[in-house]
Amino acid sequence: MLANQIGYYSLILGLLLSVLLCGVSIKDFNKTNKQVNQNILSLSFLQLVFVIVSFLSLIISFINSDFSNETVFNNSHTTKPLFYKISGTWGNHEGSLLLWLLVLTLFIFLFLIKSREQPKKYRILTLLFQQIIIIGFFLFVLMTSNPFNYLFPIPNEGLGLNPILQDPALAIHPPILYLGYVGTSIIFSSSLAAVTQNYVTKEWGQHIKKWVLVSWIFLTIGIMLGSIWAYYELGWGGFWFWDPVENVSLMPWLTLTALLHCIVVLERRVSLTSWVVILSITTFTLSMCGTFLVRSGILNSVHTFANDPARGIFILIFLFALIVLSLGIFFIFHKENNKSSNNFFWLSRETSILINNWFMMYFLSVVLIGTVYPIFLDVISSEKISVGPPFYQKLIVPFLIPFLLFMSLGPRLKWIKSKIENKNSLIITFIISVMLTFFIIKNLTADLLFYTVLISAAFFLFFTTLKELFIKKFNNISQTVSHFGFSLLILSILFNSILSSEIITNIKIGERYDYNKGEIFFKKIEERKESNFNSIIASFEIKDKNGKTIELKPEIRIYNQPIIITSEADIKTTLLDDKFLVMNLVKGNEYFNIRYQVKPFMVWIWISVLLLSLGGLMSLFKRKI
Amino acid sequence: MYGKKVKLRFVFLALILASVILTVFLVLQSLKENVVYFQSPSEIKSLIELNKKKIRVGGMVKEQSIFIDSDKVNFVITDFKNEINVVYKGAVPNLFAEGKGVVAEGFLKDKNYFTATKILAKHDENYMPPEVKEALGDK
Repeated sequence: MLANQIGYYSLILGLLLSVLLCGVSIKDFNKTNKQVNQNILSLSFLQLVFVIVSFLSLIISFINSDFSNETVFNNSHTTKPLFYKISGTWGNHEGSLLLWLLVLTLFIFLFLIKSREQPKKYRILTLLFQQIIIIGFFLFVLMTSNPFNYLFPIPNEGLGLNPILQDPALAIHPPILYLGYVGTSIIFSSSLAAVTQNYVTKEWGQHIKKWVLVSWIFLTIGIMLGSIWAYYELGWGGFWFWDPVENVSLMPWLTLTALLHCIVVLERRVSLTSWVVILSITTFTLSMCGTFLVRSGILNSVHTFANDPARGIFILIFLFALIVLSLGIFFIFHKENNKSSNNFFWLSRETSILINNWFMMYFLSVVLIGTVYPIFLDVISSEKISVGPPFYQKLIVPFLIPFLLFMSLGPRLKWIKSKIENKNSLIITFIISVMLTFFIIKNLTADLLFYTVLISAAFFLFFTTLKELFIKKFNNISQTVSHFGFSLLILSILFNSILSSEIITNIKIGERYDYNKGEIFFKKIEERKESNFNSIIASFEIKDKNGKTIELKPEIRIYNQPIIITSEADIKTTLLDDKFLVMNLVKGNEYFNIRYQVKPFMVWIWISVLLLSLGGLMSLFKRKI
Repeated sequence: MYGKKVKLRFVFLALILASVILTVFLVLQSLKENVVYFQSPSEIKSLIELNKKKIRVGGMVKEQSIFIDSDKVNFVITDFKNEINVVYKGAVPNLFAEGKGVVAEGFLKDKNYFTATKILAKHDENYMPPEVKEALGDK
C-alpha cells in the first residue's frame, strides 16, 4: 500500500522536475558562465533518483504480492517464485514503460557527467531535447498506463504472469534490450543539439561514438537474448522467425550499425555530416515506431499486453510531434560543412563505408516494408495477409554475397585514396575459400552453385579477418573482431540451416519410432508438482546411426495460474550440434506429438554474436591514440 | 563544363536513385510471390476458382473433431457458418485444442479439404489472432 503511494508520487515529482529542469536550463543557456550550472546536474540526478524510487516501489509491490496494485494483480501470483515476481515487474506494459523512463533519465544523467569537456550550450540543448522525450513518457505513463492504480476491494490472488515469460533469459532480456533501444534517445537528442549549435564536427563525432557503441552493444546482446529464448521456449527450434516484433528490434539495429560506421568517417574526415544526423534521428524514430506498433495492439505477440487504443494514439501523436520537431530543426539549422575536403576517390575507406550504409539501408527497407505492408493493406482494403520468412530470405540472402565481399575488402583500404595491397595473398585466400566450400557442400544441397558462392564469400571474410587477427599490428583489432564475429555468424547460420534435420511424429508411451538415421524410443513419463505448475516429464532414448544413445527429457508444464500448458524443450548442446526434442500434448489423446531436431553449430550462432559485441566493447575501451 | 564537385553530386544522386528503384522493384516482386492471404471457411466456400497458392485459414477447432494417428492430425475448422476439413502432418502447438481458435497455413485441395503445412502457435490462452476474431464475427 505504502510502496504504491511512494511510487506514484515519485513519478509526479519526477515530471515536475522535468519542467523545472527545462526552466532552469533555458535560463542558464544565455548566461556567460563556461560550465553548466551545477544545479542542473543535481536536479537531473534527483530526477533519476525519483524514477528509481518509483521503480523500486513497484518491485516491492511485486515482491509483497500487493494486489491492491492493479499491475501486480494482473501480472503476479503468490505461488510464483521470487525471481519471477521481480522480473514480472518489467514483464508487463506499465512496468516496462517505467523501465523506459528509468533508462531515459539514467542516460541523460550519465551524459551530463560524461560530457564535461563539451560546449555548454550543446550540453544544455541535449538535456532539453531529452527532457522533451522524458516529459512525453511521464505523461504517457501517468495518463494511460499508470503502474500504481488502486484496486478495491483488494483481491486475494493475482492473475499470474504468462508462463512463457517465466524464464531466466526473458527476465534479463528487457532491461538489456532497453538499454540499447531506449539508449538511442541520447543519440537523437545530442545530434539535434549538435545541429542547432552547428557542432557536427570531429570532436562531436569522437564524443558521440561512445554512446552509439553503448547502445549498439546492449541492443545486440538484447536481441540475442530474445532470440535464445525463442529458440528453446517456443518449441519451433528456430531462432529467428521474421516476426514483426523481432523486426522492430532489428530495424534500429540496422540503422545503428550504419551510424556506427558513418561516425568513423565523421571522426576522421568531417564528411557525411547530414547523413550522420539523419541516421541518428531515424534510429530513435524507429525505436519509437517499434514501441507504437508493439504497444498499440496492432501487432499481436507476446509483447502485446493490453489493447488500449488510447495508448496507441498517444504514442502516435507523440511520435509525429518528435519527427516534425527533429526534421524542422534539421532543415532550419543544418548547414553543410564546407570545410570538408573536396577530394574524393572511388577506391577509399569512405566509399567502402558508404557501400556498407547502402546495404544497411537496403536491408532496412526490406524489413520495414515486410513489417508495415500487411498493416497498411489491412487498413486500406481490410485484406488479411502475412509476409513470411521466404520474403525476407529471398531479398536478403543473395545480397549477402556482395556484402560479405565488400566487408572483406573495405577495411583494407586507406582513407582518401588507396590501392588494394597484397593482391596475391587476397587471391590465394579467395581460392582457398572457394575450394574449401566446394568440398564441404558438394554432397549436401541441391542449390550447389548459389550456396558455393555464398559460403565462399563468408569463408573469404572469415579467413581475411582471421589472418588480420593473427599477423596485423593491433591498431584496429576491435573492428576485426566484430567483422570476424559477423563472418562466423553467417557461416553458422548457413550451415545450421543447410544441415539441420527434423523428425515430427505422434508417438505413444513405450513405442519405438524408426527413421532412416536411427531410432526414437519413448521410455516413460513421470509427473512432478511444483509450486505454480505440474509437469509431465518424458524420457526418450534416441539412437543415432552409429549406435550412440542419448537420453532427452522434454517436459510439459501445466501452469495453474493462469492455466496454460507450455512445452519445455530438452536440448543437448555440444560444440558440434544441438539435439533438440520438444513434446506437445494433444488434449484427451494418448498420442504425444514430438519434434526431434538436430541443429549443427547452434551454439556458434550465440558465440559469434557475443564476438560481434565484444568488438564493440573493445572499441569502447580502446585507449586514445 | 561543370565543376568536379557538381559532377560527383550528380553521379551520387543517380546512384541513389537507381538503387532506390532497384530496391522497390525487388521488394514488390518478392511481395507478390511470398504473401500469404488469410481466409475464413466461409470465404473459401464462396470462392469461384480454387487458388493454388499457400493461404491461411482461421477459425475455431470444432468440438469432437480432432483425430490423431501416428503420422497425422485431422480436425475441422469452423467459423460457425461454414467449416473445412484439415489434414496436418507436423508439430502441434500446445494451445491447439477443441473449441479454441486456430490458424492453419497450407494449401486447398478443394473447397472442403485443406492440407496444412503449419499450425501457428499462440502465446496466451486468452489471445485470439485478430484475423480469427474477425472471421468469427461477434461470437
